[in-house]
Amino acid sequence: MKTILDVQDLSVSFRQDGETTRAVKGVSFQVGDGETVALVGESGSGKSVTALSTVRLLGDSAQIEGSVRYEGEEMVRADEAKLRRVRGNDISFIFQEPMTSLNPLHTIEKQLRESIELHQGLRGAALRAQILELLDKVGIRDAESRLIAYPHQLSGGQRQRVMIAMALANGPDLLVADEPTTALDVTIQAQILELLDRLKQDMNMSMLFITHDLGIVRKIADRVCVMKDGEIVEQGRTEVIFQDPQHPYTRMLLAAESTGDPTPVPAEAPVVAEAENLKIWFPIQAGLLKRTVGHVKAVNDATFTVRAGETLGVVGESGSGKTTLALAMMKLLGSQGRILFQGREIQDFREKQMRPLRGEMQIVFQDPYGSLSPRMTVEQIIAEGLSIHAVRKPSEQRAMVAEIMAEVGLDPVTMDRYPHEFSGGQRQRVAIARAMILRPRLLVLDEPTSALDMTVQVQIVDLLRDLQRKYQLAYLFISHDLKVVRALSHKIIVMKQGDVVEAGPVDRVFDAPETDYTRELMAAALG
Amino acid sequence: MADPAPDHTPENGGQDYLRVPRRRWFEPSPLNKRRWRNFTRNRRAYWSLWIFLVLFGLSLFAEFLANDKPILVNYRGELRMPVFTFYAEREFGGDFPTEAPYRDIEVECLIITGGLEDCFYEPDEMIAAAEAGTIDHPDFQKGWLLWPPIPYSFDTIVDVPGVAPSPPDGNNLLGTDDTKRDVLARVIHGFRLSILFTLIVTSLASIIGIVAGAIQGFFGGWIDLVFQRILEIWSSTPSLYVIIILFAILGRSFWLLVFLTVLFGWPALVGVVRAEFLRARNFEYVRAARALGVSNRTIMFRHMLPNAMVATLTLLPFIITGTIATLASLDFLGFGLPSSAPSLGELTLQAKQNLQAPWLGFTAFFTFAIMLSLLVFIFEGVRDAFDPRKTFS
Repeated sequence: MKTILDVQDLSVSFRQDGETTRAVKGVSFQVGDGETVALVGESGSGKSVTALSTVRLLGDSAQIEGSVRYEGEEMVRADEAKLRRVRGNDISFIFQEPMTSLNPLHTIEKQLRESIELHQGLRGAALRAQILELLDKVGIRDAESRLIAYPHQLSGGQRQRVMIAMALANGPDLLVADEPTTALDVTIQAQILELLDRLKQDMNMSMLFITHDLGIVRKIADRVCVMKDGEIVEQGRTEVIFQDPQHPYTRMLLAAESTGDPTPVPAEAPVVAEAENLKIWFPIQAGLLKRTVGHVKAVNDATFTVRAGETLGVVGESGSGKTTLALAMMKLLGSQGRILFQGREIQDFREKQMRPLRGEMQIVFQDPYGSLSPRMTVEQIIAEGLSIHAVRKPSEQRAMVAEIMAEVGLDPVTMDRYPHEFSGGQRQRVAIARAMILRPRLLVLDEPTSALDMTVQVQIVDLLRDLQRKYQLAYLFISHDLKVVRALSHKIIVMKQGDVVEAGPVDRVFDAPETDYTRELMAAALG
Repeated sequence: MADPAPDHTPENGGQDYLRVPRRRWFEPSPLNKRRWRNFTRNRRAYWSLWIFLVLFGLSLFAEFLANDKPILVNYRGELRMPVFTFYAEREFGGDFPTEAPYRDIEVECLIITGGLEDCFYEPDEMIAAAEAGTIDHPDFQKGWLLWPPIPYSFDTIVDVPGVAPSPPDGNNLLGTDDTKRDVLARVIHGFRLSILFTLIVTSLASIIGIVAGAIQGFFGGWIDLVFQRILEIWSSTPSLYVIIILFAILGRSFWLLVFLTVLFGWPALVGVVRAEFLRARNFEYVRAARALGVSNRTIMFRHMLPNAMVATLTLLPFIITGTIATLASLDFLGFGLPSSAPSLGELTLQAKQNLQAPWLGFTAFFTFAIMLSLLVFIFEGVRDAFDPRKTFS
């Protein structure tokens, strides 16, 4: 087999604030003709940097050493003109975020046209035919009418298909896919992977596939390179790596899966929170007088209860209203229907009446990078709720912060540092500590693990389970990751476009789903 | 990034971290230290800051630099500071109860000789004799005067023969203007006035603008809508006419001008601050604070305002230069400060009216050019130092 991309001893370092950080340390691998090679590793392991440095797509602060040969030609020291010829023509890229990879102000046609004009010099009808063929190839139905659409009019999956079409426009020899499915729902993920695999066969491409998800690797890759801290610790054929991992890190990655069962709820556990016929409709207003002409039905008629020590899992695809439901339960969003918290009707409470209750219902958000204020120390972040709810003495506050930090597995000595000095998993622990310090009865967890690496996910799930057992917490656990949901939840509700399509004990729903939608979800996530 | 093992326990050895850290008031937070470091890396901004601080610091003591009263006087063994205190001519042995005209040769002679009558008849000879020590009058007591480097204030009429404006010479380093006032003295006082005016106006206008923008952005909805319309009406008011009319009614004064400039200047920042607050409203850490039950005011000022600061600082250089320009152009048009005030705008006007006296034009030009460049350089550096995304190599 001919080698298309040959990376030898590649090192990349970044300079910032006078300090040099080595992101990639002497990496070597090859991609053969028609082969799919997966770069696997946790965040920060240098996989994306490695891929981007092959055609020098990194910023000026990056220093690249070693050698990258594309079809025998050296890329590391090549001039701009040569690189431009290769980029987008011979080597194409697909990025993670379909929302930001497309220009929001250009139509689909215009985005595709740019690249084809540039590299193939087609014009007029031929160009249009080529674009339609491409869109058809990536499975966009009714391509003709989609040409004039803007990115925001497409769904996440469709956008990623357009991105793939752009990448394929010039018939590349090598496709670099940087986490192309991570931001997508599981069902869409499966479709995109299938599409990529088929296209690869059809167009006889090679593929360099970057991901943290081993499930995807097993489905798509011929060979795997496992990266850790900028080095490739193990590489080999996919079957071999999965059956007989040599390096302890690879073994740890393969073993990292949230397992176990939630602690059973005592039969007499009191109901903590309850929602009855909860409805969240956002009015659509039109015209001069802002008449309400319709509603966006974010949540329709949701009814559920959560008891102390119990976890209610809320699952569904993005846009199905999971987060909206949680925010409404916390009274951070307006809604209709009954909300009971510890037996009290709180639907009509004003913000002032809510404030004393806030300490008893807390929320942990998905993104540990966005949910901590970058300008406050960890101690200030965790203690913020304390000064509102009675404890005001600084020394007392610090003692309480130290205690809660130790409890969630953080070193209290680090309490005067800023969030950016912590890793993603540690930050999520800080967010949990902030919620837990007020000793809440109900904790809403809005995808608390989905921004984290697998190994860290496992630790956070264990932590949440321990806290629940210790304090008899009620959890409202929102996730699209069904494995985590199964490991943590007692009951689940499945949502689809605002409707609760299925509800019941977790084992019943997982083992014998009643609706097609749930079955499809299960198949995509677990199959 | 792999998470380290989650089994941290508090170190039993020292529980030092439990002590509330006490930061001395002058010690900046780590974030501000980083900003200062970034600022000093920008050499142009750093040196501009030092030059500006020296110039502004000196101009704050303008009374000691350019004044028509001596800083210190020794009269009959008694030290007097005419810069601060009023002394009648009588108190130096003269005739009048009005303030002593220190620049008159007779008064100078009175002080040096200790108040001898003869000073009214032949002051020059008496001073020379006092210096030589050849006076033997029983009342003679030698005194002295300590003059500022420039012995003219901004409104001192230079009493030497010749046409006005007169060109630069040893007495008046930058010449005099068309009413025979020393240009250098006027520049020093005018520089101070411009900078103080700008600092006062900019800080007041920024505070009001930020608060107004914050309220609009934070609450949104009807408050935002109504406020925006009010702003549109307000900012289309012809402010120049209002200033002229009010000056005509109330008389010209520094503080009235400050008030009016702030009154029409604050909407400049509202837009950006409002936009930043609208954006920050949906940040997760703002939501988290809300879920903790934090009050609106705390959320606004602790969590959201720091985000708006970068945008605010971006605009600040323009507001500062704009304010200086406002003051100068009002003076240039003749609608600004009272005509005796040391105004750079008035200097520019005189330069235009007296093209035969190029020293006026050059002085005005270089004063403005240096002052505005320094300020722009400094605030450019400040803005970059506050930008969290900007990296410095």
